[in-house]
Amino acid sequence: MESETNPSFQGKGKINKMMALNLLIVAIGVYVWWTVYQVLPDLSKWLTYKLLPIQEGSHLGSSVEFFLYDTPKVMMLLFLVVFGVGIIRSFFTPEKTRAFLSGKSEFVGNIFAALLGIVTPFCSCSAVPLFIGFVTAGVPLGVTFSFLIAAPMVNEIALGLLYGLLGWKVAAIYLGTGLFIAISAGWVIGRLKLENHIEDWVTQANAANLNIQEEKLTWNDRIIYGWDAVKEIIGRVWIYVILGIAVGAGIHGFVPEGVMASIMGKDSWWSVPLSVVIGIPMYSNAAGVIPVVEALLGKGAALGSVLAFMMSVIALSLPEMVILRKVLKPKLIAVFVGVVACGILFVGYLFNMIL
Amino acid sequence: MEIKVLGPGCAKCNKTEKLVQQVIKETGVDAKVEKITDMMQIASYGVFGTPSVIIDNEVKCTGKVPKKDDIKKWLGK
Repeated sequence: MESETNPSFQGKGKINKMMALNLLIVAIGVYVWWTVYQVLPDLSKWLTYKLLPIQEGSHLGSSVEFFLYDTPKVMMLLFLVVFGVGIIRSFFTPEKTRAFLSGKSEFVGNIFAALLGIVTPFCSCSAVPLFIGFVTAGVPLGVTFSFLIAAPMVNEIALGLLYGLLGWKVAAIYLGTGLFIAISAGWVIGRLKLENHIEDWVTQANAANLNIQEEKLTWNDRIIYGWDAVKEIIGRVWIYVILGIAVGAGIHGFVPEGVMASIMGKDSWWSVPLSVVIGIPMYSNAAGVIPVVEALLGKGAALGSVLAFMMSVIALSLPEMVILRKVLKPKLIAVFVGVVACGILFVGYLFNMIL
Repeated sequence: MEIKVLGPGCAKCNKTEKLVQQVIKETGVDAKVEKITDMMQIASYGVFGTPSVIIDNEVKCTGKVPKKDDIKKWLGK
């Protein structure tokens, strides 16, 4: 029975055939994707003004067109990015990342930890076991934090959405500043020598180095891995994307031009800290917050304030604090929030100043 | 046979437990399944990706929902 179900037991010829078929499917998929993507603007216009009895130039029309254009566009981009990153991720595991980081010195370690945070498969529900695994394996505390900050903040969903909605420049700025915050905040936390503020039971935890057999993945397996990532992630976030775009569409059509300039504009010094403070209790993921952010930018909000808001929503969340409380004493959590918030403030002010 | 599914209760962990139960039912293997949600206990197994499946104190997989065929293999079916 095994030989029927497990590809690795099949003959080589059959694997090659399967792989060729999969590659063909991927190629056709990309072609169809591209064709549909090209006709989206016209399609949304036609749907809004020809199919629905909505007048061109009205508030409602502007909202509906925005919604009908952005929803499929964002979904398609997410699909592509999640699939691509899924394939990249199949090369990384938390175990490998830990082994790699445990031998690194602090500053270099912070940089690698932040970079690996992007590509290592991570789910916020496993943040605690991961934290314990890193710390007990001798990864420095600050380096562990660099990883824990970068992993949720700089992710494929955020980058895909930013690229699709706001262009590659904003996506690149987000990537760069997100990494900067993860590296510098982790480094600062490492300097503060707070190792004794980890809950005691953590350091006594079993640091057994498990030898889980490394699976040999073929390209075929990696394509399947990417596809599974698409099903899993899109299945989880689609509702947030649609809600986010609906709110964004409402702002787009009904909020007057320039109204955000006074609240989140660059001229008021308090707009950046306010954005951070509002963002902390808001618990949303990148998928829900970025379409809203796009609409705010269109109404005169400054990029720095908006970046600060977005990072605060994604990187600093109350539920995550509650989870981390199991392994960190309150003081260390406070330091963590404080240091990351300072990093976000810095980024916010920087971009309000230079843009 | 003693099977432990480790996970704090995320969607993937629940899916893993269901899958394990299903395979046991289908194959008729005599096994006890225990779900472990406590962080401290999870950590004591030395795994740091959830969900994880442990069979007779041997870690079979971590950080992902296993495939049905894999579970069957672990159960010796």
